[in-house]
Amino acid sequence: MAERERRLTPPRGGVFVPRVQVLTAQDVQRALTRIAHEIVERNRGLDDVVLVGLQTGGVPLAFRIAAVLQEVEGVSVPVGLLDVAFYRDDIGIRPVLPEAATDIPGDLAGRLVVLVDDVLFTGRTVRAALNALADYGRARAVQLAVMVDRGHRELPIRPDYVGKNMPTRIDEQVDVSLDGVVLGDVVPR
Amino acid sequence: MSPGEVPKVPGRHLLSVADLGAEGIEEVLHVSDAFVEVGRRAIPKVPSLRGRTVVTLFAEQSTRTRLSFETAAKRLSADVMTFGVDTSSVAKGESLRDTVETVAAMGVDAFVVRHPAAGAPAAVARWVEAAVVNAGDGWHEHPTQALLDCYTIRQVLAERRGRRLEDEGVGCFEGLRVTVVGDVRHSRVARSLVLALGALGAVVTLVVPGSLLPPSLEGWPVAAVSHDLDTALGTSDVCYLLRLQTERGAGSFLPSVREYCAGFGLTARRAALLPDDALVMHPGPMNRGVEIADDVADLPRSVVLQQVANGVAVRMAVLFMLLGPSGGAGLGSAAALDGPAAPGADGG
Repeated sequence: MAERERRLTPPRGGVFVPRVQVLTAQDVQRALTRIAHEIVERNRGLDDVVLVGLQTGGVPLAFRIAAVLQEVEGVSVPVGLLDVAFYRDDIGIRPVLPEAATDIPGDLAGRLVVLVDDVLFTGRTVRAALNALADYGRARAVQLAVMVDRGHRELPIRPDYVGKNMPTRIDEQVDVSLDGVVLGDVVPR
Repeated sequence: MSPGEVPKVPGRHLLSVADLGAEGIEEVLHVSDAFVEVGRRAIPKVPSLRGRTVVTLFAEQSTRTRLSFETAAKRLSADVMTFGVDTSSVAKGESLRDTVETVAAMGVDAFVVRHPAAGAPAAVARWVEAAVVNAGDGWHEHPTQALLDCYTIRQVLAERRGRRLEDEGVGCFEGLRVTVVGDVRHSRVARSLVLALGALGAVVTLVVPGSLLPPSLEGWPVAAVSHDLDTALGTSDVCYLLRLQTERGAGSFLPSVREYCAGFGLTARRAALLPDDALVMHPGPMNRGVEIADDVADLPRSVVLQQVANGVAVRMAVLFMLLGPSGGAGLGSAAALDGPAAPGADGG
């Protein structure tokens, strides 16, 4: 269950009311294609590159980027899945349970890891993900790719690859899927 | 209730597997999957319970349960204090209550309690603020053993069907034929296991010498009781052997251990009566040559060591759910995943 869904689940969550379609499915695909090219350009190829999708929003995006890389470079980049529930720091804020599988392909020592997530907001998920990755070995470098950077950072974290910079109000909600990006509000039931 | 406040759920302790219900059991198994993955890592440790203290209070001998709980707590980065009744002030005559309250005053988040008296963990739960996990009380219950047994069954069945474990719910227990053999009277493992399997929809048959049946089976979700192991084995998907609890006087309920072995021991001849894909399980410690023959215990269909390995992950799940970030999601609460819409929650 993504953060988005967790916030919307009864009895205490609200209902997501979409307001503006910011990106269409085609826009998302174009952004992912661009990010894939940027990854190749910035790292001068795909040696040692591993994509790690954050559960659950980042996973389909990571697989889509891998598919583009396969197409343009002819290289099959391994894709890992990571659930960061055990590394979260939101003590007293909400019950935290793992939602989905973690599956990291092999030892990350010496690899170049590209973390992929749907929305970059406070940065706390990314902080947790960095701690989690350290338990799989010392990566040569970690880079961050996100579909939407919505601002409101609470930690010194910045993305390396961004689909769309999107200033938001803190109480708004951003919904990202391969079908597009929608900005809306969470209203109480 | 203000947003950001965690709802108090009833499952603050794990005293009986019956408190969990089918949904609660499924949730524990699901969270255990994540901890099995943690166990496979280069560094099999997560920081979830940093700064929490777990005390293991064992008033009865134990190897696997105590070490399994301690390993689980350490892999969650909790601090662990160990406390044996024979090495503590209890030997000087201090009452259990005074001892527990003294230890609790040092700041303890969870007690893992094993005690020869049924109900002792429930009593401890009334005395202290901390979460209490029953690690076996008298003839009553041993809930984490039942949970890890269910986990092992589900793991093996998922593997056989070629399904990913995280996709496997608890549907595999529906109609599963489980034969529980042996000393049901003195077995807390049997009670917890039968309650858990019953809640999940399995069909449980007890094969027990008449003298080792509990005084009443009221409330036990059991399909049949038999004295004929040979017949029962032919229709078993799982054969679960209980330890003959001679230290609880099981020997005096039987003419002789040899006779018990002849009627109820899983010998090589009997193991051949099992369907090809049946599992053989035992909670340990095994009395080789009594309830299980030496060569049967080491057959590939025997998953005894897999049970032990899963024990750590399942106990990590239980401790994590009772104590995890946010004070624990609690056990047996379907609402555990329904976090409040906290402002400032990370968007992804």
